[in-house]
Amino acid sequence: MKVPLRFKSIRQRLVVLLLLAAALLSLLLFISVRAIASASVQASQDSILGAATIAIAEELRGGEEGVAIEIPYAAFSMLGSSGEDRIFYRILVGEDTVTGYGDLPMPVAELTGLEPVFYSRDYQGDPIRLAAVGRSVLVEGTPRRVQVIVGQTRTGQEMIISRMSNRAAALGMGFFFLSAVLALLTAQAVVGPVNSLAEAVGRRGPQDLRAVTRPVPEELAPLVSALNGLMARLTAALSRTETFIAEAAHHIRTPLATLRTHAEIAQRISEEQEVLARLREILRAADDSSRSAGQLLDHATVAYRTDQRAEEDLDLRAVMADVMRAAEPTAELKDLHFELSVPDGPVPIHADRLLLESAVRNLVDNAIKYSDGDDAIELRLTVDGGTATLAILDRGRGLGTMQGRDLTRRFARGSNVSDVVGSGLGLTIVREVARALSGSFRIENREGKGACAILSLPLA
Amino acid sequence: MKFLLIEDNADLARSVAARLSLDGHAVDLAGSLAAAEDHLAVATYDLILLDIMLPDGDGRDFLRTHRAANRDTPVIVMTARSEVSERIAMLDTGADDYLTKPFDFNELGARARAVLRRRDGAASTERSFADLVFDPLTATVRLGDETRELRNRELRLLEIFFSAPDRIYSKDQLCDRLFSAAESVSDNAIEVYVGRLRRKLEGSQARIETVRGVGYRLTAQ
Repeated sequence: MKVPLRFKSIRQRLVVLLLLAAALLSLLLFISVRAIASASVQASQDSILGAATIAIAEELRGGEEGVAIEIPYAAFSMLGSSGEDRIFYRILVGEDTVTGYGDLPMPVAELTGLEPVFYSRDYQGDPIRLAAVGRSVLVEGTPRRVQVIVGQTRTGQEMIISRMSNRAAALGMGFFFLSAVLALLTAQAVVGPVNSLAEAVGRRGPQDLRAVTRPVPEELAPLVSALNGLMARLTAALSRTETFIAEAAHHIRTPLATLRTHAEIAQRISEEQEVLARLREILRAADDSSRSAGQLLDHATVAYRTDQRAEEDLDLRAVMADVMRAAEPTAELKDLHFELSVPDGPVPIHADRLLLESAVRNLVDNAIKYSDGDDAIELRLTVDGGTATLAILDRGRGLGTMQGRDLTRRFARGSNVSDVVGSGLGLTIVREVARALSGSFRIENREGKGACAILSLPLA
Repeated sequence: MKFLLIEDNADLARSVAARLSLDGHAVDLAGSLAAAEDHLAVATYDLILLDIMLPDGDGRDFLRTHRAANRDTPVIVMTARSEVSERIAMLDTGADDYLTKPFDFNELGARARAVLRRRDGAASTERSFADLVFDPLTATVRLGDETRELRNRELRLLEIFFSAPDRIYSKDQLCDRLFSAAESVSDNAIEVYVGRLRRKLEGSQARIETVRGVGYRLTAQ
């Protein structure tokens, strides 16, 4: 059978197919029960009709004056048992009707012996069933052919047949409904393992990449093994990414550290103006590389973590304080200090710690980088309804003529910062983190002087 | 100060040692955890600089053993990882501070001072010149009974002058040591900080003298 492909669900397809089959079987059941019923009703009518006809035929006596006809009424009482039916008879001697209804239809077939012939005809507007037998009777020494025909209307039979048909129909319907229930149960049982597998996989956290080990029907085994293969490849790819990021950081930063240290040493022991100027450029380039490498790796970490989130319940106040403490010695080198203001109560957020820290750290780094020294960098955390707002304000050079939105593009840098080392990735990272955490980010010029970076995040 | 540098990259280790010795520090090098234990068995150090990826183990294991053995020499971890969480994990494991490679030695100095300041009974780092007593650890200068606090750049500037009194430093030399190469510095920046430092030294026989056309030097009247 060609399975219609328009069904989107296996269950639907299965139910429809099973119901079609059940309907077909129910119909067959109905038709065959009705056919058997009418055949058996007809057979019983035929046997009574036949017996009555034979009984009449046997009572025919030949004699000198003709044929003596003695209708055995017992024969009719057999027929009369079926209620309102009318009974007709016709007896012919030779071609002449001697008694009964002269227009009662004759059988088509030739009558032979006492074996009755049965046939159906319409008579006086009703369908009737007829039986006919023929025999020879000696009349005045001459064999005369005598035919006996007995007919009966079919009202009683039809009532029985229609009653039996109704029963057959009820039986068919019952069979169909039972099949429908069984079809639904079957479909449920077939689709059940698929659903429970899907549910088990769907319920997993984003980091749960273990193989599926629950027992499944063997038809689902290829699907599960494909799923497990995918999980294994994904796990390998993710762990390669993480290892790669860590190793790249190590392999880039260690030689840079060596380079930077040698340059600092050279700077300390040289008195040559020209050499000192070159060394300054070397140190600048080293810082530039290290910062770019750091941010590219940060960017990779953020991209990877966005897919592979390890969310936990955090207090934003603690995250801000941690980032601030980590940056304090760097700020101190420029005589900058932090002013942290946070609410009294906890500020709960459900987020990936690394993502959150990357964003805040990049903003704090920017504030330090673009501040001139001696200033305060303000870190303000406020809560309004379900949103936490992190504002980082500096008294640096601000955004120049650039729009805050333009600065969050990858590798975009302000028009006023060519003298400061930077990769142009910092704000891109912040924007991506804001997006990953369903928050928003904007940066704008601050009244007076400086920049104000605002990261809004939904609370847990 | 005496440092123990635990770092398996020989190039980096030698350069860091050379750079620290320029500031008058003594540095012992250990290329592995085993070598570090050998050094610690026979000598005492003011500060340990620890790399995390080492040939015979993880720096974190060293930290755990170090703390379990109740040794109180402060440890600053140097790693290539810059995440704040990584830093916090290191601090939880027992590190005193955390430095991301590559680092500015001014930053190492600042972190080392902060770490040592937190320790009770750290060896005094006081130095004196004329009637002036300078303590880089507490970032103060003392003049008789009066103690004056120094801001970070004032402190580092005074440290440069104290390391070689009477030596003349050019503006460029001072600039290179006071500001990072990554930041932009205005022409008169050094004058600003020398001016501030002079105010902190007011009333002392020690003073910072302008050598016209050459630079500055620390001298006593």
